[in-house]
Amino acid sequence: MSSISIFFTLFFYFSVLIFVTGLSYKIVQYWNTPAPLKIPIAPAPLTKSGVFLRLTKEVFLFATLFKSSKWTWLFGWSFHLALVLLFFRHLVYFWPGEIPLILLKTEPLKYAAYPLIFGLLGLLGRRIFVDRVRYISAPSDYLMLLLIILIGASGMVMTFANNHPNMLLVKNFAEGLITFKWSELPSEVIFLVHIAPVFFLIAIFPISKLLHGPGIFFAPTLNQVDDARKKRHISQWAIQKEKNTKIDLEHNKDKGS
Amino acid sequence: MSKNSIEKLPTYLAIPPLKKDSMAGKGPFKASIDIQKDLGFPGEKIDNWQQVAINKIAETKSKYRSVQVFLDSCMKCGVCTDKCHYYLGTADPKNMPVARQDLFRSVYRRHFTFAGKYFPKLVGAKEFDEDMLDDWYNYFHQCSQCRRCAVFCPIGIDTAEISMAAREVMNAIGVGQKYPNQILGKINKIGNNLGMPEPALRDTLADLEEEIKEETGVNVKLPLDIKNSEVLMVTPSADFFAEPHIDGLIGYAKVFHQSGVSWTLSSYASEAANFGMFIGNYDVMRQGALRIRKAALDLNVKRVVVGECGHAWRVAYSFWNTLTGLGSGGSDEYSLKLQNQLDSNYPQPQHMIEFTYDLIQRDKLSFDKSKNDHRVVTFHDSCNVARGSNMGDIENGQFILPREVIKAACNNFSDMHKSTIKSATFCCGGGGGLLTDDLIDLRIKGAKPRMHALKQSEQDNGVNTLAAICAICKSQFSKVLPNYDFDPYMIVSVHQLVSDAIILTKDSET
Repeated sequence: MSSISIFFTLFFYFSVLIFVTGLSYKIVQYWNTPAPLKIPIAPAPLTKSGVFLRLTKEVFLFATLFKSSKWTWLFGWSFHLALVLLFFRHLVYFWPGEIPLILLKTEPLKYAAYPLIFGLLGLLGRRIFVDRVRYISAPSDYLMLLLIILIGASGMVMTFANNHPNMLLVKNFAEGLITFKWSELPSEVIFLVHIAPVFFLIAIFPISKLLHGPGIFFAPTLNQVDDARKKRHISQWAIQKEKNTKIDLEHNKDKGS
Repeated sequence: MSKNSIEKLPTYLAIPPLKKDSMAGKGPFKASIDIQKDLGFPGEKIDNWQQVAINKIAETKSKYRSVQVFLDSCMKCGVCTDKCHYYLGTADPKNMPVARQDLFRSVYRRHFTFAGKYFPKLVGAKEFDEDMLDDWYNYFHQCSQCRRCAVFCPIGIDTAEISMAAREVMNAIGVGQKYPNQILGKINKIGNNLGMPEPALRDTLADLEEEIKEETGVNVKLPLDIKNSEVLMVTPSADFFAEPHIDGLIGYAKVFHQSGVSWTLSSYASEAANFGMFIGNYDVMRQGALRIRKAALDLNVKRVVVGECGHAWRVAYSFWNTLTGLGSGGSDEYSLKLQNQLDSNYPQPQHMIEFTYDLIQRDKLSFDKSKNDHRVVTFHDSCNVARGSNMGDIENGQFILPREVIKAACNNFSDMHKSTIKSATFCCGGGGGLLTDDLIDLRIKGAKPRMHALKQSEQDNGVNTLAAICAICKSQFSKVLPNYDFDPYMIVSVHQLVSDAIILTKDSET
C-alpha cells in the first residue's frame, strides 16, 4: 500500500477511536451527573409521552428553532436533513458483501448536496453579516462550517462535474475499512480533500460543540416531565443532606400525632 | 439615564445594533464581610480565588447536569441573541444570552476541555483573570434568570442555570452581591426578607382587619400562628407592607373568608420568597424552604397555599417537594412525615390563584364585576410562573388560571401582544436579585420591552391596569412605570381585582 493509503487508513481508525471513546465518555458523564432539581422549560409537558413528543419534534423538525428564527431554521434544518440523506447515500460504499437493494436505489439522494450547501452558506452568511452572531463567533465556529462546506463542495465536484474517482477503488477502500481488508485509496486529490475533513470532524466530535447532538437529549429543560408536585424528584447528593437533618424528624416526635 | 427622564418608546421595538460596553461597570454593591459570613461564604475575596473558583466550577458541573451539558452543547446559532430584555434594552452585547454564558463557557473551556487547553484562541477559551471576574460580577448581575432565552434555544440551554452557577462560584470565593445576601441573612434569622418580627407582623395584620371592617362592615380575619388550621398561607413579606401588594393580601383574606376554609399565616415562616435560588445555592434555598416545612408541621395544617410571588411559586411548585418533601408521591421517611399529614385531595403546595379559581369553578364566590368597570386590565405573566411552573395541573394552566380569575372579577380584559406574553413573556426587569436601587439604570432599561408592549395595549385597547402575580414585578413596575410615562398606580395584584369585586357575606363571625 502507498504511504498515503496507509496514512488515511490510520487516520480513519484514529478518528473513529476518538469518536467512540470520547463520545462514550461524554455520554456516561452526562448520564452520571445528577439533575437535582426539576427545571423543565415552558411549554412543559405534564407526561412522559409529552416529553417524548417534545424531543421528537425538536430532533426531527427543530420545532423551537422554527419558533425562534425562521431563516436560521431554514438553513439549519435543510443542512442537517441533507446530512442525514447523504449519510444514507454513502452507506453503499461501506456496505460489506452483497448490497441490499434499498441502498442501490439511493442515488437520487445525491441531490441533497444542494440543500446542504445552501444551508451552510446561509449559516456562514449569518455568522458574517449579522453583528450579534459575528460577536459570539470564535474562529472554530467559522472553521467548522468551512470544513463541512469543503466536504459538500468536493463531493459535488466529483458527483456533478464528472470528476469521479475510480469508483471500484473507492468501494474497495471504504469496504476494506469496515472489514479490515485494507486496500489502496483512489489517489485523486479531490477525493482526499473530500474525506480528510470528514475524518477530522469525526475525531473532533466529542471535544467540540458538535456535542449538541447528544446534548439535546440530556438537557433537563427538555427531557423532564413537569410533575414536581406529584412525584418526589431528588438526587443522591441531596438525599445525603436529609440524612444529616435529623433535627427535623426529631422535632416532630414531641408533637405526638 | 436619569431617574426622572421619560423614555420615548418607538412604535416598533427593533433589535438594536451592538453597543459594546454600554453597560460596562462595577456591578451592584458587594456584600459586606458580615453578610457573607452569615451565609457561610468567605467574608471577602480570598487570595487564591482563581484556584478555588476553578474547583468550584468543577464541583458545580459535577452536581448539576444542566451546567455540564449546557457548557458543552451551545453551537452558537445565535437565535437567543435578540430574546433577552436586557439586551433589547441596553444593546450591550454581553447581555445577549449566549455571550453571557460565554463568560462562563470560555473559562470552562480553558480549564476543562482539550481544545481550550491547547488551542484557546481557536475556540475562544479564556483565563479566569481579574478582568474576567469583573465581567462575571457585572454581567451575571444583569441577568434576571427569567429563562426567556431558554424558551427559544433549540437545544434547551437555560442561561439562568449558568447565571446561578456563576453566582454560586463567586460567593464561594467571597464575591457576593449585597442585596440578595443581606436579605437571605434576615430570612434565616427572623423568617422574612424584611426582618419583620412577630409582634410587628401581628400589629400589621390587626390593622388590616380593622381596615377591612371599616370598609366593608365584615369581620374578615387575617389569622397568625393558629394551630390546626386547614391552610397555611405562605406569601411574600412584601404583601404585609408594600403597595400595591397589600391589597392583594386583603384579597386573599376575603377569598378565605368566603370559602369558609380556616387558614393561618406563620410568623416563623412569614416569607414565600426564596432568594437562595437567585444565588444558585442549594443549601441556602433548602434552609428557606425548611422553615416552611417546619411551620406546616408545627401548625399541623392540612394544606399549604402560596401567595402571589413569581420565583417563590417556582421554588414551591418545582422545588419544595425535592427540597423538603412538601408535595406528594414521596416514599421515604422524611417526606412521608409531612405528606401523611397533608390532605392528598389537594395539590401540595397550591397557588392562591388555584385556590380562588377552584372556588370560582364551584360557584362559591360571587362578584360585582362592575366594581372594576373603570379598569381595562391586562395581565403580565411573571417569568418564573410562566416558564418554571404550572397551575391547575393542565397544560398551560399557569397562563389560563390567572386570566380566568381576572375575567371572573373584571369585565374588561385585553392581552398584550402575543409575542410578549405567556411562555414568551418579557421580564419586568427587576427579577433574579436585581430589585435594588443600585441597579436602577439597568432596571429601567430592562423594562423597555415590557413597557413597549404595554404602551401598544394602552393605545390600541385603552388598557389602564396592569395586573401581576409577583411581588418583584409589582415593586419593579411601581418604580419604573413613570419612566415610561405611565401611572405608577396602574400596577395591581390579581387578588386586588378579586378584592374589589368580591361580594362578602356579612356576619359569618368566626
